[in-house]
Amino acid sequence: MNPIASIDPKDAKLTMAHFYVAFISLFLGATAGLLQVLVRSGKVTLPAGIQYYQVLTVHGVLLALVLTTFFIIGFIFATQSKTAGTYTDGERRWGWIGYWMMTIGVAIAATFILLGEASVLYTMYAPLMAHPLHYIGLTLVVVGSWVCGFVVFHRHYRWKKENPGQVTPLLSYMGVMTMILWLVACLGLATTVLVQIIPWSLGLVPTIDVLISRTLFWYFGHPLVYFWLLPAYMAWYVIVPKVIGGKIFSDALARLSFVLFILFSIPVGFHHQLLEPGIDPFWKYLQVVLTFLVVIPSLMTAFALFATFEMRGRELGATGLMGWWRKMPWKDARFFAPFMGMVFFAAGGAGGLVNASHQLNQVVHNTIWVTGHFHLTVGTAVAMTFFGVTFWLVPSITGRKLTPKMNKLALIQTWLWSIGMVFMSGSMHAAGLLGAPRRSAFSTYAGNSDTLAWLPYQISQAVGGTILFLGAMLMVYIFVNLAFYAPKGEEEFPVGEVHDKAEKVPMVFENFKLWIAITFALVVFAYTIPFIDMIQNAPPGSPGWTTVIGRQ
Amino acid sequence: MHLHKYEKIWLLFGIGALLAFTITIGVSAFYMGNQPPSCLVTVDPANVDKTAPFDQPGLKQVGDKQYELVVVASAFNYDVGPNKVIQVPVGSTINFIGTTKDVVHGFEVAGSNANMMLEPGYINTVEATFNKPGKYTIVCNEYCGLGHHLMFATLEVIE
Repeated sequence: MNPIASIDPKDAKLTMAHFYVAFISLFLGATAGLLQVLVRSGKVTLPAGIQYYQVLTVHGVLLALVLTTFFIIGFIFATQSKTAGTYTDGERRWGWIGYWMMTIGVAIAATFILLGEASVLYTMYAPLMAHPLHYIGLTLVVVGSWVCGFVVFHRHYRWKKENPGQVTPLLSYMGVMTMILWLVACLGLATTVLVQIIPWSLGLVPTIDVLISRTLFWYFGHPLVYFWLLPAYMAWYVIVPKVIGGKIFSDALARLSFVLFILFSIPVGFHHQLLEPGIDPFWKYLQVVLTFLVVIPSLMTAFALFATFEMRGRELGATGLMGWWRKMPWKDARFFAPFMGMVFFAAGGAGGLVNASHQLNQVVHNTIWVTGHFHLTVGTAVAMTFFGVTFWLVPSITGRKLTPKMNKLALIQTWLWSIGMVFMSGSMHAAGLLGAPRRSAFSTYAGNSDTLAWLPYQISQAVGGTILFLGAMLMVYIFVNLAFYAPKGEEEFPVGEVHDKAEKVPMVFENFKLWIAITFALVVFAYTIPFIDMIQNAPPGSPGWTTVIGRQ
Repeated sequence: MHLHKYEKIWLLFGIGALLAFTITIGVSAFYMGNQPPSCLVTVDPANVDKTAPFDQPGLKQVGDKQYELVVVASAFNYDVGPNKVIQVPVGSTINFIGTTKDVVHGFEVAGSNANMMLEPGYINTVEATFNKPGKYTIVCNEYCGLGHHLMFATLEVIE
């Protein structure tokens, strides 16, 4: 059969370039993850010279920052090309410029991690001080992603101009919203990195204000998780309905939920800083309330997804409350992987309520419970949805087929990931409740019975982590097969259509300026006074500390 | 914009839960005083050792079963006074007062609700009551460098 690509092959090449980096990151990051769980089980020590925290930095940077960013941009590039149309040569050139900036940035940052000059973990909290080129490399990644964002905006804008008065394609709209969220979030990161951290690490200024740096980081850090999540929601809202043969429940409500996610995900960083000195508890509480407002779009999303499942089930003859369950295409990995992601996300969301609670946070803050939490959200809900997208997107845009054999492997992959995660995340949650800290190498501490009680959970984490490692390697194998060896042919690029009875989309959703303005108003409201307090009452700054992370 | 009847019920339930939740947390915080550790007092991180109370770290009795533990954290050690094992009688309430001389550290008494961040330039405090005898390990729960997992002390609650 002749290869039939579902998008312009030149656009497909751009997306695939992003995916190569993403899946190389999965391979290396998962290997680092395996080493970590083995070390923490207490049964394995790393060969001389390799530090646990260096491996941990590799794991966090590659999986949380590199894999996600590259996959998301590649995915959004492809959906934009599919739904708004192919890029102009100029747009595509900017896309490649963004890609190479990001890739070179990753190479620079990775070099300094491997040299042991940047064991600061992916959160790089000052005053731990890595080599300046590490920060510069990461800056290049972020700036490159902005360039890609503007390509997405421009393609969307061109569609609007070519189709005046019409509602924009839903996936194209969602891609734009995701990149808006990313750009607004990055303002905090860019400020601390460019204004504070880089000049300080270069020795141009002697000290850094730690609290302001952390606050700017967490202004970025929470919307960062929504930057991971929104592309998964794109797949849940628009792709999955088509995969199961159904319709999108409501275009208008899908857009509304994306708007609400942008509004409520940004002015909330303090819920990561609940136990920190220097921030008045009133403002912490205010941001806790704003954090909880995401419950509204989250419940809307859950409703829309299950409404789609049920409507499709009934179309196929299902009756009763749960009859639709038996009509779902469980043997189709394009559905099963994201569906399992949704299931895990429900558990992850419940845990998130604990983390963000003003008081309960004290029980779990910085324990391995938190690690267990985000391995359910980004590490399962988002990751499995991205895997589920990979199963069809890669063959679809490269003119290949997802064969029944690969589909079967993809189902096994989903099971491996699910089972591994139940063990690993489950025992992380349990050990966290007992007080076991996150981000720590193996230790028996003072040998007291309380810390020794954590050890069996660490064995269980190693079991789960090993199964997850196998799942990751299988995923890399499936990706390589789909990209290079799968038979040539045509694979559907599933884009859902809206249910006939759904509401018309109010044009106000297309008014990006309005939503950006409201977002900034909320940010100003939630952050201005605490920021003034921090600046006015600032203690003497901190010099950089390098020897503690093994630098000279 | 029209919402399906079931979706309205579902969202009303969600918003109701949201209100109940945030009000509960708010009452606990502002009426009952259960605020997270948020001390606003600053200290020069380069002169911690010369600044009271951190010039004399360790346990002080301030009342009947009321104690203060002054802690100076640094990579990779908690200075809790001359004894690395702190002893208090069962039923004691301890106010932990801490700061750091170098990088950010965590301060957590495992098995209790005492958990706070120690950041250079700031003092932080947290209080907890210990009604069960036994050894409680104090661990650093914020990554502070290559010896992070070797940073601990012990609190022993005795009958």
